[in-house]
Amino acid sequence: MSKAADATKNGEAAQVETVPVKVDGILVNVPKTSPDPVTGKPIPTTMIQACSMAKVDVPHYCYHPKLPVAGNCRMCLVEYGMQAMGPDRKPVVDDNGDPVVRKMPRPAIACATPIAPNMEIYASSPGTIEMRKDVLEFLLINHPLDCPICDQAGECKLQEYSVEHGGANSLFREQKVHKPKQVDLGPRIMLDDERCILCSRCIRFTRDIAGDDALGFVNRGSYNTLTTYPGKSFDNNYTLNTVDICPVGALTSKDFRFQMRVWFLKETKSLCASCGTGCNIVVGSREGSIKRFEPRENDGVNSSWMCDEGRLNYKWVGREDRLKDIVIYDNGESLEADWDKAVSHISEILRSVDKGSTAIIASARQTNEELFLISQIANLLDSFTESIPRIGEGDSLLVNTDKNPNTSGVKMMGLSSGELGSNLNKILEKVRSGEVKTLISFGEDLTRHGFDDEALEKLDHLIVSDILPNGLTEKADVLIPGCAHVEKKGTFTNVKGRIQRFYPATPAPGAAKPEWETLLAVLKQIGNVPESVKGVESLFQWMAQETSELEGLTWSELGDQGVTVEL
Amino acid sequence: MIVNRSKLSFWERTYLPAIINGFKVTLRHFFKKKVTMQYPEEKWTLPEGYRGAPLLVKDPEDRTKCVSCQLCEFVCPPKAIRITPPGPEVNPELGNVEKAPQEFEINMLRCIFCGYCQEVCPEEAIFLKSDYSLTGESREEMVYNKEKLLEMGGIHQDQIWKWKNK
Ligand code: SF4
Ligand code: SF4
Ligand code: SF4
Ligand code: SF4
Ligand code: FES
Repeated sequence: MSKAADATKNGEAAQVETVPVKVDGILVNVPKTSPDPVTGKPIPTTMIQACSMAKVDVPHYCYHPKLPVAGNCRMCLVEYGMQAMGPDRKPVVDDNGDPVVRKMPRPAIACATPIAPNMEIYASSPGTIEMRKDVLEFLLINHPLDCPICDQAGECKLQEYSVEHGGANSLFREQKVHKPKQVDLGPRIMLDDERCILCSRCIRFTRDIAGDDALGFVNRGSYNTLTTYPGKSFDNNYTLNTVDICPVGALTSKDFRFQMRVWFLKETKSLCASCGTGCNIVVGSREGSIKRFEPRENDGVNSSWMCDEGRLNYKWVGREDRLKDIVIYDNGESLEADWDKAVSHISEILRSVDKGSTAIIASARQTNEELFLISQIANLLDSFTESIPRIGEGDSLLVNTDKNPNTSGVKMMGLSSGELGSNLNKILEKVRSGEVKTLISFGEDLTRHGFDDEALEKLDHLIVSDILPNGLTEKADVLIPGCAHVEKKGTFTNVKGRIQRFYPATPAPGAAKPEWETLLAVLKQIGNVPESVKGVESLFQWMAQETSELEGLTWSELGDQGVTVEL
Repeated sequence: MIVNRSKLSFWERTYLPAIINGFKVTLRHFFKKKVTMQYPEEKWTLPEGYRGAPLLVKDPEDRTKCVSCQLCEFVCPPKAIRITPPGPEVNPELGNVEKAPQEFEINMLRCIFCGYCQEVCPEEAIFLKSDYSLTGESREEMVYNKEKLLEMGGIHQDQIWKWKNK
């Protein structure tokens, strides 16, 4: 029996000494040191971190909480005061014993200045506000003002800060410097150097996080230009994260380029299903078609990043040849079928079969809830169960070698013992020998795993649920179109046992329905389902009651960040 | 309320006074200056600032001015505008024009001629011109596509040539 582990952010250091700091008059006790975003070693806490703890917003470009500090954009300049020092080098206090604070003559950049006891940060003093306006004017000197054709418009920090903190006029009267536009930086990245504000976030990301020192600045002054080494392509598997962190529209995704303005996108919290890591994502869609995936911050899983491969793995969802119709063949005759009919047809078959004469191939791409329902049906019928492994290349940052998003779920529901797929050949033998007469397959093309025509012809019933047509769907007696995970609600368990929720972003095509709906309807007809089970939440509740690993867990407890359980 | 219906005299009951009075009015107007217009052969001169059909315009070098920023699509109150952005593929025919709409449709049955699209357009690419007589035989016909909008809009003589020096 395992207890659900807590879901607090990792990297939260043990007790650190705190110092009192005032931000715009709000007193906060700030830890003296914070972990370095890359190495995790304690480094002095900076003013910008103190401001964010006080919930005071300080505009910034080059500072990013997940990257080392560069301090080159000057956007975060603030006025501040320090506790006065007496001639004896001791902090001065007034008659009440309160510290005497003197405003410093010059401002400092909040992102790189460590805090000191009794420091006062004037994040909205007239001087600070004036500085922000002037810094923005400088940043816009050579800026092309491409907003109408810039993919970043709508989520651009330069636009946002210009409206919030900028002035309407520029004193600049000379010719603007023109830099390269539409630069092909790599297979997935397009660069517009004129829009770059030289914050170096992208350089630090690829050097310190992705471990590929691919980008750098060349030339000086107004001609300072971001580029790759001549002739080299910026092509590691994490390049698209630089598009996310680029505060302006300099780095843009070739895939998303000119696809849709961002303000039209509907954003749905979801997960990446391309490997077992389960990176948290936001799906951007419009009118039922997916436009992009973007990482969603979760420090327990993927920090703020995701790999390019997973990010671009969405096109198949909108494919024209998606399975859309329910097909039932009875003695070689195709019956007119709707979903209700298919459910009762399947239930009829499953009621009539002998115990131990069925096999169910579950998919490790299905949700925990669906796998749970499959295990309930399998128990009822004494079925043989198995799933199919997908192994590929992994890396040390995010990508896992397990290309199934929910292998842990398959194991947790007891649908595969030992290595995933190890019982597949046994099931094949049983099909060949005629012991297994009914085969149910979810989302797996068994014809690619030795289930040839000869074996499949021995079956009385072949029930298949899948998303795209393949060798097995052609042979099915009953074919029910299923849903991609972006079209349904549910949970996956990642390789480390973190259970995370996802939500439907786009509608399923044609008669396709989430598999759990079909499974639940069938189970209601052939077995017992508690009255309370209606939707995914209540189904999760039932699953948590019946599964030892999930004991005591509730749907709402999972939150947006998920909960790690011991596997 | 009680309405007093006074009895009509014999003269009045002949209806002649009413007819004569009617003819008087007709005759008076018959010799006056005409106020009607022989529409559609004759058409009125439109006042300045008249808001007719929203149309796309080209710059004097025959480039489509619209860059598919979709602000008009966003601002349009009855959602009459529908733009298909170009996507990542580069269209070699467009030369140095980096972005232009793949398709641009305005449903003239939905349009309320409010002029917001013209007001919001950062490229001055859409104008409510003087066309007011928009007719068609089907709903589909009333959805004007890019080709039609550009043809009706014609060339706009102004100083904003976005792509000239790019
Ligand atoms: S980077 Fe921002 S300000 Fe610059 S053109 Fe793009 S949207 Fe406009
Ligand atoms: S491309 Fe973007 S992230 Fe990189 S330096 Fe320029 S503005 Fe910063
Ligand atoms: S005039 Fe108004 S209603 Fe018509 S297309 Fe423009 S914004 Fe839409
Ligand atoms: S007409 Fe103007 S506002 Fe509308 S998409 Fe084109 S450029 Fe943008
Ligand atoms: S955010 Fe501090 S200098 Fe850039």
